[in-house]
Amino acid sequence: MTGPALEAALGADAVADVVRTEYGRVVAGLIRRFGDIGLAEDALGDALVVALERWPRDGVPPNPAGWLTTTATRKALDHLRREKVRDEKYAEATMLTDDTPPEPTGPVTDDRLRLIFTCCHPALAEPARVALTLRLLGGLTVGEIASAFLVPETTMAQRITRAKAKIAKARIPYRVPEQDDLAERLDGVLAVLYLIYNEGYLSSGADTADRPDLAAEAIRLTRAVRSLARGIGSPPEVDGLLALMLLGSARRPARIGPDGSLVTLDEQDRALWDAGLIDEGHALVRECLRRGRPGPYQLQAAIQAVHTDALDVSLTDWSQVVALYDQLLALAPTPVVALNRAVAVAELDGPQVALAVVDGLGLTAYAPWHATRADLLRRLGRADDASRAYAAAIATTDNPAERAWLGRRRETLGGPTSPP
Amino acid sequence: MTQYMLSVPGNVDDPMPSDDVMQQMFKDVEAFNETVRAAGKWVFAGGLEPITTATTVDATGESPTVTDGPYSEAKEFLGGFWIIEAADLDEALTWAKQGSAACGGRVEVRPFSPA
Repeated sequence: MTGPALEAALGADAVADVVRTEYGRVVAGLIRRFGDIGLAEDALGDALVVALERWPRDGVPPNPAGWLTTTATRKALDHLRREKVRDEKYAEATMLTDDTPPEPTGPVTDDRLRLIFTCCHPALAEPARVALTLRLLGGLTVGEIASAFLVPETTMAQRITRAKAKIAKARIPYRVPEQDDLAERLDGVLAVLYLIYNEGYLSSGADTADRPDLAAEAIRLTRAVRSLARGIGSPPEVDGLLALMLLGSARRPARIGPDGSLVTLDEQDRALWDAGLIDEGHALVRECLRRGRPGPYQLQAAIQAVHTDALDVSLTDWSQVVALYDQLLALAPTPVVALNRAVAVAELDGPQVALAVVDGLGLTAYAPWHATRADLLRRLGRADDASRAYAAAIATTDNPAERAWLGRRRETLGGPTSPP
Repeated sequence: MTQYMLSVPGNVDDPMPSDDVMQQMFKDVEAFNETVRAAGKWVFAGGLEPITTATTVDATGESPTVTDGPYSEAKEFLGGFWIIEAADLDEALTWAKQGSAACGGRVEVRPFSPA
């Protein structure tokens, strides 16, 4: 590529970069100013079109986000003038936003923090919260979000449109919640980020093992929330969630084998783990421990830290893992946590003890439950039962890497097996 | 300020509560109503007689018809409601939580469309 073609490509890349990194900040500021999500998005969309025309020709401005904000603001004002509803819209805008005057951007008052609490409001259904967060804070297109969650684009567009209409009509506020509600509402935000991450970590669909772009987006948004949360006392669960995501992502290079099948923790080539992410995750976990206010994300991160601390699976401190699961189970007494605890119990007290626990959980629609049973049965020499359990596990997941791994495990059971 | 309707569903299968329960509920609801009034958020409120008292009128056709019973076959029906003023949904939800506790029923929160 030479001349204009090269410049055009650079311009398009620069626009894409800004969209990714600055979309949330710019759109949040516009929503703050105009009190109207749709208008803010349309104006920013118009500004991006202008950027795509000009930047390749004139070069990327020194402060692209500022340039986009100025241009989009002008577009929005033009639009309001054209519609001749300027006064009404302004009146509406002041009601839609809050009554505090605009403040300079900073960790305490960043508009994105308000926006994420709006996107993750409990009055919106969870799929809508996830979609709005990716759209408005992450700057992903509706098409990208639809393909990440394997729903038709029209369905995703409707979901987002309906959520935005509800925000406007029911007047879901654009502000950081009051102190009384803050902890609970922040939990809601973290839950959305964790959902996005989990879909990236292990895709629920049949097309792909994982979606590293989605996991990376969740990490980026969690980092943003973490820096914003300094203004509200840096709740340690935010650090815990970030550590959990980093330690999970650190193992990604070893998690999918060359044949596309999942590689479980005990069989991963630990030399492939990302040492930088592990260091960062461990530092966060240590900081959480120092603060002594454990929560479910911190405990899960601590468990991941124990695993990623072992250079070989045989060096894993299983008693520490079980102790952490005991704490986690006390805070989050769910069957899934109990199942994960049982996996560690099997290492400490043997597969027979663990199997009794697992059988009592009855998570028949959950592939990892069947897979865990299958593995325990295999270790107890009950090959036929194990084979049936692997078959049940395969029947309860669509993920191709998980299916490939389960199929391989089932084949290597050896000995006579009866059909499921 | 937006007006919100906080509606309380009834269900045809609900058993009739005892007198004591009813008296307590009336007391709690009246106390809640007083709080709403004192805060200047009150617009209107009321409890409805059972759905067996409903009559449906339909004048969309050539001649109006009058039918005994509700327009919906659903088991749930509107039992009572408050209409309040609130700055935003969070405030309306805070009132709704208090209203739900007072009347001992679920509360649906809906904004009125602007006049």
